[in-house]
Amino acid sequence: MEDSVKPDAAFNVLWLQSGGCGGCSMSLLCADTTDFHGQLRDAGIHLMWHPSLSLESGHELIAMLEDIVAGRLRLDALCIEGSLLRGPHNTGRFHVLAGTGIPMIHWVTLLAARARHVVAVGSCAAWGGVTAGGTNPTDACGLQYEDDRMGGLLGAEFRSASGLPVINIAGCPTHPGWVIDSLMALAAETFGVGDLDTLGRPRFYADQLVHHGCTRNEYYEYKASAEKPSDLGCMMENMGCKGTQVHADCNTRLWNGEGSCTRGGYACIACTEPGFQDPGHPFHETPKIAGIPIGLPTDMPKAWFVALASLSKSATPRRVKLNAVADHLVVAPVARKTRLK
Amino acid sequence: MTRLLVGPFNRVEGDLEVTLDIEAGRVTSAHVNAPMYRGFEQILQGKNPHDALVYVPRICGICSVSQSVASARALASLGGITMPPNGQHVTNVILATENLADHLTHFYLFFMPDFTRPVYAHQPWHAEAVQRFATQTGEQTRAAIAARQRWFTLLGTLAGKWPHTQSIEPGGSTRPIEVAERIRLLAKVREFRGFLERQLFAAPLEQITALSSEEALWAWHAQDPWRGDFRLFLSMVQDTALTRLGPGPGRYLSYGAYPQPQGGFELGDGVWHASTGALAPLDERGIREDATYAWLSDTAGPRHPVEGITLPDANKAEAYTWNKAPRLAGEVIETGAIARQLAAANPLVLDAVGRHGGTVYTRVLARLLELARVVPMMENWLQQLQPNEAYCVPTPAFTEGVGIGLSEAARGSLGHWVVASRGRIANYQIVAPTTWNFSPRDAAGTPGALEQALVGAPVQDGESTPVAVQHIVRSFDPCMVCTVH
Repeated sequence: MEDSVKPDAAFNVLWLQSGGCGGCSMSLLCADTTDFHGQLRDAGIHLMWHPSLSLESGHELIAMLEDIVAGRLRLDALCIEGSLLRGPHNTGRFHVLAGTGIPMIHWVTLLAARARHVVAVGSCAAWGGVTAGGTNPTDACGLQYEDDRMGGLLGAEFRSASGLPVINIAGCPTHPGWVIDSLMALAAETFGVGDLDTLGRPRFYADQLVHHGCTRNEYYEYKASAEKPSDLGCMMENMGCKGTQVHADCNTRLWNGEGSCTRGGYACIACTEPGFQDPGHPFHETPKIAGIPIGLPTDMPKAWFVALASLSKSATPRRVKLNAVADHLVVAPVARKTRLK
Repeated sequence: MTRLLVGPFNRVEGDLEVTLDIEAGRVTSAHVNAPMYRGFEQILQGKNPHDALVYVPRICGICSVSQSVASARALASLGGITMPPNGQHVTNVILATENLADHLTHFYLFFMPDFTRPVYAHQPWHAEAVQRFATQTGEQTRAAIAARQRWFTLLGTLAGKWPHTQSIEPGGSTRPIEVAERIRLLAKVREFRGFLERQLFAAPLEQITALSSEEALWAWHAQDPWRGDFRLFLSMVQDTALTRLGPGPGRYLSYGAYPQPQGGFELGDGVWHASTGALAPLDERGIREDATYAWLSDTAGPRHPVEGITLPDANKAEAYTWNKAPRLAGEVIETGAIARQLAAANPLVLDAVGRHGGTVYTRVLARLLELARVVPMMENWLQQLQPNEAYCVPTPAFTEGVGIGLSEAARGSLGHWVVASRGRIANYQIVAPTTWNFSPRDAAGTPGALEQALVGAPVQDGESTPVAVQHIVRSFDPCMVCTVH
């Protein structure tokens, strides 16, 4: 079967990896479709080269990169996965692209200058991410950010040929739907600067909060809190969950079928947000002052939160209180016999 | 002699470069370079030990759960806790889901596309290979991606998401399973079994696991040599001499896979020596990492991981990779599905390795046989879950001590060693499967497993990226992001 879209008409995507784990590619392959390649092709997207999905190896790839840099081959979207490793001492030698002797940061700079759009796939490519954690031994950064500061490898002023800044499909990993929807919108020419939030993330997922659609919502309402792993209660008060503050649609779009971090029984660690890798406290513990979590729900004044939390705690139904600290339902909701009003 | 620099390799996880010396159409010497360093062992220094469970899965997007499991075991050993049976079974199901998905991904997406190359155009099966395995358009390639996507919905339920779950705790699993949910999970396992039985094996899994010798395997193959993707692969093995290609060091390591609540493993541990044909017990204390040829400080000499040091030194003249050279009792080791199946005394793998050694053929064979063997185990583990019993015990404060976490990832033996002091990580060392397999030379100049396997590989006139070298490299299913981390 041949490619049904002519390469000259198609939206040419090149995907390269550097200082990351490859998890955004692995996540991409979990896209909710019965025909991954067919879905891209039908949207007019031509995957010129992807590390996991292409035949071309070694000299074949190097020839393709050289053609793009020389302007002989059109590049519509340059997708970079993984952070950019500037060290040691700005040499980029922590990742020299195999077979080329050239640091990856130089390849990315050359290719970005030729690309119509530049896409940071995942929090590493967007902000630096986990690779920039701790002492940041490799001087890792994102394409256009270093944590929440603009700059990164390409600089704050960078705009790709389309006029857009780097599109930050942040997440660790990214949701496959975020990537596919972004590429399809770019290919369809329906994606503009107004579709990016203040951190360059696509608003279709970044204008949501992880809290939206959380199945632990009843526990949250009453501040009926989980105390240990596998408890069913809300994980905000004790277990480090930041879902009420974090921008992403994880609990409405869902992962791998019916999943999300909170549905999997563990805290949202804010993996779509810059700097998430070093929160300044153990990930699984909620930092508090005088018993009150420091990180309050987005757009909620502290006094209101304290008042509401104390009221709702005192009004917690017995069922919710007991189930919150159990790993299975110990009290089921009462079944009423009459029509519900 | 000519020298060939080969890379970047794709259809491996991460970046890889191989330098080959070639004489008279054969590789005479190989140097393997893992060209990227991120420094996880440095990043983890000073962190709360429990935070390792956030960082280490992010070493690798394809072995993410494997890293979590090894870390959880290291922390459990540090904290002196044991998972309840439900937690152990669910953790095994989660790990097996990833391991089998990786085997499927390797076969369909990484390994088989090389047989569609023009160099094989004269083979009778070439057109069939293109139709089934061409990247992006192959019918089986696309079917396998779809099956993989469905398969990973197991982890949406069991682990919240894949990759990079935090559901795996030292004390068990954060995601209890209701009885009704188990019915759905079992249905998903059966759906994957269906894919394997229709597409990959074109036979019931139990018929595949019952093949107990090469004679039985090839007799079954002869019945219908192109039916199912496994038998088409066997046809290619016959026509391309894969049985002899890429011989490994003849020593195979398994830490033991899928520990059971009552003790022991589903697939046992040990070191299998081709020279004796026997399994020797594993002694983890015999592991040393030698950084002589890595761009890392080696002033302290080869060290056990508990005392391991990871400190970049980019200007070392003799170095050619970021990877250290791990050795077990001073010896070069191969690890992977082939080692697990040897340690678990799989009769067909014992027979095949006895005849051919560890080669491209036997590595891929062991991986596919493991797919057939582990799916029924997963069905069994899910059946063992006890309703209303615990999935997780509470996490202790990890303050002082040493923890060791040994596990089997898809690609082989994965070890984590953690040293805690005053509630912080004082040292964290990781030795991953491809750290072993793609090891550089050690201080004595002994090449690593792949470096040995590449010697003798044929290079045809005009080849810049020799296809035989690609087969050998990919037969190990390398994960370069784990290798150096």
